Amino acid sequence: MMDRPIIGIIISVIAFVTVYFTTPLLIKALAKRNMVVKDYNKPQTIMVPRPGGPSILAGILVSEITLYVFLQSVEILAIIITTSLAFFVGLADDRKVLGGWFKPLALAVAAVPIILLGAYVPHLEFPLFGMVKIPELYLALIIFIIPITGNTINSIDVLNGVASGFMTIASFALTICLVVIHNYDVALASLPLGFVSLAFYKYHKVPSKIFPGDSGALTLGAMYGSIAIVGHVEIIAAIALLPAVINSFLFLSSVKRIIEHRQIKANPVVHTEDFKLQATTDKAAPVTLVRLILAQGPLTEKEVGFIIFKLGLFSAALAIITSFMMGVKP
Amino acid sequence: MRGLPIFAYISVMWILIIIGGGLLVFIIAPISITGYGKLDHILDSGVKAVISISLVVAWIFIMSKIKNWIFQRKVSH
Repeated sequence: MMDRPIIGIIISVIAFVTVYFTTPLLIKALAKRNMVVKDYNKPQTIMVPRPGGPSILAGILVSEITLYVFLQSVEILAIIITTSLAFFVGLADDRKVLGGWFKPLALAVAAVPIILLGAYVPHLEFPLFGMVKIPELYLALIIFIIPITGNTINSIDVLNGVASGFMTIASFALTICLVVIHNYDVALASLPLGFVSLAFYKYHKVPSKIFPGDSGALTLGAMYGSIAIVGHVEIIAAIALLPAVINSFLFLSSVKRIIEHRQIKANPVVHTEDFKLQATTDKAAPVTLVRLILAQGPLTEKEVGFIIFKLGLFSAALAIITSFMMGVKP
Repeated sequence: MRGLPIFAYISVMWILIIIGGGLLVFIIAPISITGYGKLDHILDSGVKAVISISLVVAWIFIMSKIKNWIFQRKVSH
């Protein structure tokens, strides 16, 4: 078998190149079919093709299948199947407006292959203190993790480039953490997520040429969750994702139920005359991460995105510190 | 610095996650229920699940209070 670093380079190049070259083709195909949506954060009427999920999935599938040829591990198979199912859940939501509960329930079903393939270790590893064996509870945890990570990434997909840029930071941090805890095979399996996100960011950054849509965001989020489970780094993965977790937490604690963003009655962000983003004063609007960032005054879309990336880098650093604390008992 | 309270909030969340892990490992995990025959395993898991869920609820409650403390004035302005 080839050395792991060489396999890593091969699958990283495959993941990046696939998305880099298929996304422009997808943009053309979507525009031709008039599958476009308005970019509400631009002063002019700009229509952006959506969804970018197919090119994201293509990059993940080609690279992960290549990795499977080399390693033939059940963990990689579980990542491939769960991620693909999450893509179809997102695609269904992209094509047709579905209820707020559809995505969490369907994503819970997408997590089932991980259980059926037995690609998990039924205990939770905590930093400093060791692990807890929870055989029955862990099955329930798997069912919860995929909907949570999927919807968490979907919920930060509110500004140009944020979901793909944030995912790039979080997934590379997760890869480093997996290397730190010596889980090299799953570290390899996590590489395509970072490179797919990075390649997609090229087209998603301000001004976006394509939006990932639910199919893109759920694919990225579900793959992240799958890696967390099969790599046995659930707590570390949650820490790297904290800014997005805060966004979901703030949103849910202010609206107090599971709803789609399109069901919100008042927008948390409004525009200034020069089309900067500004936090609304409407008390009916939900509290979100972007609204909190804008509480100190208006910013451009790009500036808000960079603050979210800084938060992502901070959480990534905490996740890496946490990975060094694994297996260390006080 | 813009977003400083959010960095502080993330730090608090991180510390609470680590403390929560300690509570799970040292207090909840060692709990063992015996004397109910075949039901021992189910009861044991059930009790641990209820305590764990209570911890999560407590975590959400604490985070919610801290959120209000850090952000309420900012958002209302």
